[in-house]
Amino acid sequence: MPHSRAALEILNLCKRFERPAVDHLDLTVRKGEFYALLGPNGAGKTTTLRMVSGLLKPDAGAITVEGIDALADPVAAKRVMAWVSDEPMIYDKLTPLEYLDFVARLWSVGAVTAKTRAHTLMEWLQLTPFAHQRCESLSKGMRQKVALAGALVHEPDLLILDEPLTGLDAASARQVKSVLRERVEAGSTVIMTTHILEIAERMADRIGVIDAGRLVAEGTLEELRGQVGDGDASLEDTFLALVAQQDMPAEVAAA
Amino acid sequence: MNDTATLTWFAGHEFRLAWRDWLSMMTAGKRGRERTVAVVLVLFVVLMHLFAWSMVARVADIGAHPDKAALIGITGSLLLSFSLMLSQAMESVTRAFYARSDLELILSSPVETVRVFAVRIGALSVSTALLGLAIAAPVINVLAFLGGAHWLAAYGVVAAMGLFASALAVALTVALFRSIGPKRTRLVAQIVAAVIGAAFVIGLQVAAILSYGTISRISVLESAGVVAHAPALASWFWWPARAALGDAGALAVVLGIGVVSMTLAIVAFSGSFGDHVVAAAGIAFDPRRQRAGRVFRGGSPRAALRRKEWMLLKRDPWLVSQTLMQLLYLLPPALLLWKGFGHGHGALLLLVPVLVMASGQLAGGLAWLAISGEDAPDLVATAPVPAGAIIRAKVEAVMMVIAGVFAVFLLPLAVAAPYLALVAGAGVLVAAGSATAIQLWFRRQAKRSQFRRRQTSSRMATFAEAFSSITWAGTAALAAAGTWLAVVLGVIALLLLAGTRVLAPRAA
Repeated sequence: MPHSRAALEILNLCKRFERPAVDHLDLTVRKGEFYALLGPNGAGKTTTLRMVSGLLKPDAGAITVEGIDALADPVAAKRVMAWVSDEPMIYDKLTPLEYLDFVARLWSVGAVTAKTRAHTLMEWLQLTPFAHQRCESLSKGMRQKVALAGALVHEPDLLILDEPLTGLDAASARQVKSVLRERVEAGSTVIMTTHILEIAERMADRIGVIDAGRLVAEGTLEELRGQVGDGDASLEDTFLALVAQQDMPAEVAAA
Repeated sequence: MNDTATLTWFAGHEFRLAWRDWLSMMTAGKRGRERTVAVVLVLFVVLMHLFAWSMVARVADIGAHPDKAALIGITGSLLLSFSLMLSQAMESVTRAFYARSDLELILSSPVETVRVFAVRIGALSVSTALLGLAIAAPVINVLAFLGGAHWLAAYGVVAAMGLFASALAVALTVALFRSIGPKRTRLVAQIVAAVIGAAFVIGLQVAAILSYGTISRISVLESAGVVAHAPALASWFWWPARAALGDAGALAVVLGIGVVSMTLAIVAFSGSFGDHVVAAAGIAFDPRRQRAGRVFRGGSPRAALRRKEWMLLKRDPWLVSQTLMQLLYLLPPALLLWKGFGHGHGALLLLVPVLVMASGQLAGGLAWLAISGEDAPDLVATAPVPAGAIIRAKVEAVMMVIAGVFAVFLLPLAVAAPYLALVAGAGVLVAAGSATAIQLWFRRQAKRSQFRRRQTSSRMATFAEAFSSITWAGTAALAAAGTWLAVVLGVIALLLLAGTRVLAPRAA
C-alpha cells in the first residue's frame, strides 16, 4: 500500500446537482485523527462523504484514501474504509450476527477472525442478547449499533460516519462514542458529520466547517475561536459566527 | 366538529388519499404525465371494448326470458367477477391491517376509532365495487349497445357484488385473525386471496375458450350434465343473472343484499377492527429468534451475496407468496389444457410455452427483488467488490432459484419427452435471462416492501418483460412443434430485447 501521512486528501472536488453542492473543495484529514465535519443543512457534507465512499461520482477533483486514488481504484480504496449513514442500512430479515457475517465476507475477512471480531463488537456495543433476533424487531438505536458493528468488523483504517448518533439514547450514544474513541486510539481515522456540536467539541481533534460546498474554516476548537475573535465562545457560537461570516456579502464582511 | 361532519370529513380524506395513490401509480409519481396517462387510458378503454365485442357479441341478444343455458353462462361470468373482487378485497383488508403508514396518527388521535374504521371499511367496499365496475364496464356497454338498455342493470349487480365481496373479505380476514392470530393471518390471507384470484384466471380461460366455441369437450358450463343438474328456471339462484338482464325485482334484491351485507360488516367489525390493527402493528416489535447456525463459515463475497438473497427471500413469506402467485396464475391453464386434451404428446407440447412464460415472469419478480429491492444499497456499494461482480452474484442468485423451481417440471418432462424438455429448458433459460436483463437495464433503487408496486417505476420495463416472456413462450411452442417459424419468432424476441436495451435509461 502506498505510504501517506494523510488518511484522506480531497483536492478541488466538485459536484453539481441543480446548483453546486460541493464547490472546489480541498480537505485533508490526517491519519489517526478524529475529524468532525460541521455545516448547516444542505452545506454539502453528506455529498462530500458519499463521493469519498464511492457512492457518488464527482464532476471534478481528486480523492485519495490512505494513499490510494479512490477514483482510479475504487475497490482498493473501499477495502480500507467503511461508511455508516444516519439511516441504518441493514437487512430486516437477518439477525445481527448474520449481518456481521455477511459484511465480513463482503470485505473478505477470514471466518475465524470475523467470528472473533463480531463477538467482541457485539459485546462492546451490548448487542449480544440480540445476536439471534431478527433486525426488524430492534429499536432504531440498536439498528444503528448493528450498522456500526458492521462497519467495524473489517477493521477499516478510515471510518466515515454521517450523523451516526441521530436517534440514539444517551446510553447508546455513550457506547458508540466510546467505541469510536477506542478505534482512534488504536490508530484508525474517524470522520464524522454531526449536528450535535457538543459531540464535536468533546470528541474531535480537528473540526472542519463547510458551507455552500466549500470549507470555510478548519482547525482545533481554539483555532476556530481565534478565527471569530472570541476565545471564550462555545462551539455553537463559533460555528454560527463562521457560517454567518460566510453568508455575509463581501463588502460587509470586509468592513 | 359533530359526528356526521367527522365521518364526512374522514371519508373525504380517505378518497383523496386513494385518488392520489391511484394517480401516483398511474403516472409512476412523475408530474406532467397526467395527459399521457389520460390518452393511454382512453386507448385502453377502446381496446377493451373491442375485446369485449369479440367475446360477447354473440350472446347480446338474450332477451327477458332466457333459457337455462343462458342463465348458467351469465351466472358463471358473474362468479368470475365476484372471485376477482373477493380476491382484491381480501388483499385490501390485509393491507389495511398491516400497512402502518397512518395508523399511529389515527389511533393516537382523539377521534373514536369505531367511526374511523367504519369509514375505512366503507371506503374499501366502494373501491372494490369501483374496480369491479371498471373491469365489467366494456362488457356491459357492448351488451347494452348490441342487445338493449336492459343490460345496463348489470352495473347494479356488479356494484352489489363488490359490496358483498368486501363484507365477506372483512369477515374472512377477521375470522382468520381470531383463529390463527396476527402473525400467520398475513400469509394465509395472501394465499387465500391468491387462490381465489387464480380461480378467476382459470375461469377466464374457460370463458375465453367457450366464447370461441371450438373446444366443446372442456366447456363444462355448456355441458348437458351441468344444464340437467342446474336449479329450475324459477329458482332464486338465478336472481343475479336475471337482475343483470334487467329484472327490476331481482335487481332490488341483489342490491339490497349488497348494501345490507356491507352495513352489517361495518356494524359488526368496525369496533374490533382497531384492536386487530393494533395487534398486527405489534408483531413488528415481536422479537423473533433465529436458530444459531451457519454463520462465519467463510466464502467469497459473491457467495455471500447469493446466500443473502436466498435467505432474505426464504424469510419473507409474503414475498414468497407474491412470487409464487405468478406460477399459480400460469400453471392452472397447463393443467386445464392437459386434462382437456388427454394424455397424449399434444398435452406435453402445451406445457412448453406455459413453463417458458412462467419462468420469465418469475425471474422478472426475483430479479427486481435482488437488483432493485436492495435494502442496504450503501453497504453493498461501499464494499470492496467490483460492481460487475455484485451484479453477477445477484443474477446467479436469481437463475439458481429458477433452475431449482423449473427442474421439478423439466426432469419428469425429460423422461416423457426428451426433445420437448430440451426445448423447454432452453426456453426457460432464455426467458428468465431476458427478464433479468430487462430488470437490470431498468433498475431503480427501491425498498423490498414496494415489491407489489414494482411495475409503477417503469411501465416500459413491465411491458417489455411481458412481451419478452410471451414471444419466448411462442418461440418455444413453435420449436416444440418442430416448425421453422420458431426461428422467425425467436428473431422477433431478440429484436424486442435489443429495442428495450436501446430505450432503457442511459445511466443503467
